[in-house]
Amino acid sequence: MKRLLLAIPVLFGVSVLVFAMIRLIPGCPAVAMAGVHADAEFIEQVRRDLGLDRGLPEQYAMFLGDLLRGDLGRSTFSGRPVLREVAERFPRTAELTLASMGVATAVGVAAGIISATRQYSALDNLGMVAALAGVAMPVFWLGLMLQLLFSVELGWLPATGRGTVTHLILPALTLGAASAGIVARMTRSSMLEVLRQDFIVTARSKGLAERVVVYRHALKNAMIPVVTIVGLQVGTLLGGAVLTETVFAWPGLGRLLVGAILARDYPVIQGGVLLLTVTFVMVNLAVDLFYVYLDPRIRYVSPRGEA
Amino acid sequence: MKEDKTVTSTPAPTPARLAMRSLRRNRAAMMGLVIVLAFSLAAALAPLLGLPDPYGASLVHALESPSREHPFGRDELGRDLLSRVVYGARISLTLGLIAMAIGGLVGVPVGALSGYYGGRFDLIVQRLVDILLAFPGTLLAIVVVTILGVGLDNVMIAIGIASIPTYVRLARGSVLSVKEIGYVAAARAVGGGDRRIVFRHILPNCLGPLIVQSTFQIATAILWAAGLGFLGLGAQAPTPEWGTMLSRGRLYMRVAPHLTAYPGLAIFAVVLGFNLLGDGLRDALDPRLRKV
Repeated sequence: MKRLLLAIPVLFGVSVLVFAMIRLIPGCPAVAMAGVHADAEFIEQVRRDLGLDRGLPEQYAMFLGDLLRGDLGRSTFSGRPVLREVAERFPRTAELTLASMGVATAVGVAAGIISATRQYSALDNLGMVAALAGVAMPVFWLGLMLQLLFSVELGWLPATGRGTVTHLILPALTLGAASAGIVARMTRSSMLEVLRQDFIVTARSKGLAERVVVYRHALKNAMIPVVTIVGLQVGTLLGGAVLTETVFAWPGLGRLLVGAILARDYPVIQGGVLLLTVTFVMVNLAVDLFYVYLDPRIRYVSPRGEA
Repeated sequence: MKEDKTVTSTPAPTPARLAMRSLRRNRAAMMGLVIVLAFSLAAALAPLLGLPDPYGASLVHALESPSREHPFGRDELGRDLLSRVVYGARISLTLGLIAMAIGGLVGVPVGALSGYYGGRFDLIVQRLVDILLAFPGTLLAIVVVTILGVGLDNVMIAIGIASIPTYVRLARGSVLSVKEIGYVAAARAVGGGDRRIVFRHILPNCLGPLIVQSTFQIATAILWAAGLGFLGLGAQAPTPEWGTMLSRGRLYMRVAPHLTAYPGLAIFAVVLGFNLLGDGLRDALDPRLRKV
């Protein structure tokens, strides 16, 4: 519960920043939005629509009030309510992000366990080289190369668009690769640390099978830093989704956002950024609560429990 | 350390020398260093390498495959791709360094003072950092680009700003960990002022993690800038920036895959290089790992 309360000032701050965003644009945002060729009357109308003719605190109060009622304004480009625009695309971005999170966690944790249980073996080295490569690979470039291989050369998978499960495979692999590398490295080091501890020695000396020791005893204890990393990776994934969606013509929030930035459609940018950020905050909150399940010793008693 | 002094007549190795020794023994880190140096040299000496003009278009030769005269082939306007990739290294490395410098020059002093003074100042700074860190990954940079407008310089500033919170946290943490050590109290006892203590006595002892972070930060900045370039939010058309080149090249991916392959490989290699070096530096500079 206290975690939840802590998220409120953060969300409040995020809303201030998103509010301030278009007001920080050098020059007049109304001119930027209406375009340089717009006549004075139209610019004045945009100014009034945005409420820019009022004082800042009043503008913010209006913004927040609208926000709480779910009113994010209208797209200056399509004229549709921003809420509808972003709500329509959000599930698609969520789908892509979840799928790549699945890839990252499954591949990363599996590779990490294999590496940790066979430290310094050829398999360990290979896995860690692959993890490093995954992290260094620009996500959009990986996407293009996978397209070239699996769509253009082999013709196995569709290159772009969304629809069937086969459409999801390449984008999810692309977006998940870097995170898989990070998760693999974290799982490996965390497992190695845990496997060195006394209770593992005890478990082994009790004559438990190695499999039981690794999966029942070590893994659960090694998972806490891994869960943290996976939670933080959601931020990377949501950010990377912008690029992945562009490569694969995935009709999600990321593409909407890029289009909006290029078209200077500020209400849509605000709505998109806000939604993605709130999602990230919520995920991190969920991760914090998940710790308690993983390690009952963790209890959020002090309001400033974090380090 | 004690044995060293009694047995050998050479002076005790300084921490920096110990770190260098450990770094030199780390093969992966050395490989990273070689990659980084190779790109830096190519970037610095680009005009002296006798390469064709990276802007010299020749439409007759557009999209030509790699050949002996043009090892990376030619792009959609017939420009020499190798030359463009090399000049791209200038852009990306400069951008990485400047973005890192912006983040560090703002983030480190703020973080250090926040950790040193604590109290209300610290509380306010940390809540602000919380808010900035609430934005997922590249999104903060995208927000700043939205405010400043599209373009290479603005991307540099945006990525720099987006990396400030990381530096604040890191510097604060480092300062907190050394602030209570005896020598700081000694410095205070001899009448050192706060500023002098923070910048002359505390920060130099926090350099390790900051150097490591900065190495990774350059890699991240290069990667993000290429991403923004790819989205059309960064460097604009004729500039030989890797991400921008990729987004142009992808239009010809089926007929001329070299247009996407080489700029991408360049980004990959240079980011890998900085990451390997960063890993090695972390192992070398983190005294807790040194004994292993």
